[in-house]
Amino acid sequence: MATTQAIGAIPAPTKPWVKRPLQRVPSLALGVTALLLAGLIVEVTPLKGKLGYFIVFVPLVTTLQYLLARMRASRKVAEDVLVSSLMWTAAFFVFLPTASILATTVTKGLQGLRFSIFTDTMVSASFTDPIEMGGLLHALLGTAYLILLSVIISVPLGILTALYLTEIKGPGSGFIQFIVQAMSGVPSVIAGLFVFSAVILTTPIKASSLTGSFALAILMVPTVTRTSQEVLVLIPNDLREAGLALGATQWKTVALVVVPAARSGLITAVILGVARIAGETAPLLFVLGGTDALNQNPFNGFNSGLPLYIWKGFLIGLPESVQRAWTGILVLLILVLVLFTIARIFGPKKG
Amino acid sequence: MSNTLPVQRKISTKPRPSDVAFRGIVTSFGFINLAILTLIGAFLLFRGFEVFRVEGFSFLTDQRWELTEESGVSSGNIGIGAMLVGTLLAALVALIVALPVSVLTALMLNFYAPIWIRNFFVTVIDLMAAFPSILFGLWGFFVLMPSAEYWAMLLNRYLGWFPVFQVDQPFFTRSPFIAGLVLAIMIIPIITSVSREVFSQAPLDRIQAAYSLGANKWSMIKAVVLPFGANGVVGGAMLGLGRAFGETVAVYTVLNLVYSINLQVLFGAGGNVASHIVTRWGEAGEYEVKALLAAGFVLFLLTLLVNFMADWVVKRTVRKGR
Repeated sequence: MATTQAIGAIPAPTKPWVKRPLQRVPSLALGVTALLLAGLIVEVTPLKGKLGYFIVFVPLVTTLQYLLARMRASRKVAEDVLVSSLMWTAAFFVFLPTASILATTVTKGLQGLRFSIFTDTMVSASFTDPIEMGGLLHALLGTAYLILLSVIISVPLGILTALYLTEIKGPGSGFIQFIVQAMSGVPSVIAGLFVFSAVILTTPIKASSLTGSFALAILMVPTVTRTSQEVLVLIPNDLREAGLALGATQWKTVALVVVPAARSGLITAVILGVARIAGETAPLLFVLGGTDALNQNPFNGFNSGLPLYIWKGFLIGLPESVQRAWTGILVLLILVLVLFTIARIFGPKKG
Repeated sequence: MSNTLPVQRKISTKPRPSDVAFRGIVTSFGFINLAILTLIGAFLLFRGFEVFRVEGFSFLTDQRWELTEESGVSSGNIGIGAMLVGTLLAALVALIVALPVSVLTALMLNFYAPIWIRNFFVTVIDLMAAFPSILFGLWGFFVLMPSAEYWAMLLNRYLGWFPVFQVDQPFFTRSPFIAGLVLAIMIIPIITSVSREVFSQAPLDRIQAAYSLGANKWSMIKAVVLPFGANGVVGGAMLGLGRAFGETVAVYTVLNLVYSINLQVLFGAGGNVASHIVTRWGEAGEYEVKALLAAGFVLFLLTLLVNFMADWVVKRTVRKGR
C-alpha cells in the first residue's frame, strides 16, 4: 500500500510562509483599531482634516504593530517589524510628492492646452491676456535650438571622454574621472555665470541660442560621459581582444567593434543628457537674452526657451500668466517624459 | 636548392600612427573637461577679483548688500554672509529630512520589497531625478507651500518649546523650512540611488552568514549592511548636499531673501547665494555684476569642496568592498 501511494499521489506542496486567513486577523484588527483610535484623537485634539488624521494614523499603526509583535515574539522580531514599517512609510513619502507633482502638472496644465499655443508666439499678445491669445512656438523653437546645439557640442566631448576613461585608461584617467565627477556637481547657475563672464563679457559674441547652449553643454557633458562609461564598461573584453587579435589597430577596434556594440547605450546616454538639460532654467537667465518673438537664427539675437517662458509666466504671477506657466511646464514635462521613456526602452538592462 | 630562409618580419611594439593620433585626440578631449572646470573657476575669480580686493574678507561675513554710486564709481558694504548661512541652513534642513527617508527607502528596495514594487519605485525615483527644477519650484510654491506653512504652524505650536522650532513672530511663509522641504524632495533621488548602490555591494557571504546564524532581516542589516555601507551613505548625503547648495529656481520661488542672518528655520526669512544672484542680476550695475560673479565663485568653490569630499568618501567604501 505504501508503494502504490508513493507512485500515485504527488503531495501538494506546502507553503508554510503563506499566511492563512486566520493568521491575518490580528493584523486586520490592528489596522481597524488604529483607524478608530486616530479618528478619536483627531476629534479630541485640535488637529484638523486629512493631514491631521494622517499625522496621527501613521505613528499609531507603527507603534501598535511594534507592540503586537513584541507581545507575540521576541524583541528582535519586534524591531524588524518596527523598522520595516518605518521603511514603507519612508517609501510612501518618496512616492507622494512625485504623484502630487505629476497630478498637479497634468490637471493645471491641461486647462491651458490648446492647439493654437503651438502655432503662435507672444509677440502680439501679453502674458496677462487670456490663454486663447498667443502661444509658445518661439519658446519651443528656442528649446529645440538649445537642445540641438548642446548635443552637437557635448556629445563628442562626452563620448570621447568616456572612451578615454574606458579604452585608453591613461595615467590621468583616475584624475579625469574625478574631474567629471566634480563637473556633474557644478550648479547650473554657475554654468550660466561662467558663460556670461567668459563669452559675453570677454568676446564680442552676444547672448543667443549659441551662448545658451554653451552653458547647457557644460551641464550635459558629465551626464553623457558617465552614462556612456557605464555602457562601455559592460562591453566584454573578448570583443576588444578579438579585434586586436585579427590585427586591427586600437583605433579600428574602438570604431568598428566597441562603439557599434555599445550603440544603443550611447544613444541612451545622449537622451539622458538631453533630459537633464531640457528644463534647466537658471543658466538661461544670464545667457539666452529672452524674447517674445520667433527668432529663427540660433547664432544671432536673443532667443527664448520653454523654461524662460515658464519662468516669466510665474514671475508675473497673475492667473492668466500662471496658467501659461503651467501649460508650458506640461509641454516641457511631456518632452522630458518622452525622452525618459525612450531612454528606458533602449537603455542597458541592469541586473 | 636554396638555403635562404625568408626574411623575418620586423616585430615592433611601436603603436601605428593611426593609434597615436587616436590616443592623442581622445586624451586631449578627456583633458578638455579639466580645462573647462579650471576655466570656470578662473573666469569667475578674474571677474570678481576687484570685489574681493575692495571688500576683503568681509565679503564672506558681511550681511548687508548695499551699494552706493558716486560719480560713476560704485562701491558699497556688500557681503554674502547672510546668503551663505541661509544656503547652509536650507541645505541642512533638506539633508535632515531627506537622509532618513532615502536610506530607509533604499533598504526597503534592496532587502524588503517584492520585485514589482522595487521596479515601480526605481522608476519613481528615476522620474523624480528627471523632473526639471523649475517644476519643483512651481509645485513647491503652489502646492507644497500652503500646506507646509500649516505644518510649520503646528510644529511651532506643539513643539515650540524645542529651540529649533521657535520663532519670534508667527510668520511662516517662504521660510528656510519650506525651502529645505523642496530641496529634500530634489535630493532624495540621488541619496537613494547612491545608498542602493553601496548596499547592493554588501558582501553576500557575510549576509548569508548572518542569516544562517539566525538573524532576521533587520539584524542582518544592522550587522552587515549598515557598517559596510555607512561611508557610501555619507558620500551620497554629501552629493545631495552639493546639489542642495547650488539649486536656484526651486529655492527662489519658496524662500524669502532677507539680508540678515536668520537661524529660525520656521521663520519666513532666509538667504541663498544662487537665488540672490538671480534676484539681483536684472538691475545690477557694473560693480554689482562683478560682486555677483564673486558670489558665484564662492558658491562654486563650496560645491566643488563638498563634491570632492563626497567622491573621496564613496571611493573609500568601494575600495574596502573589493
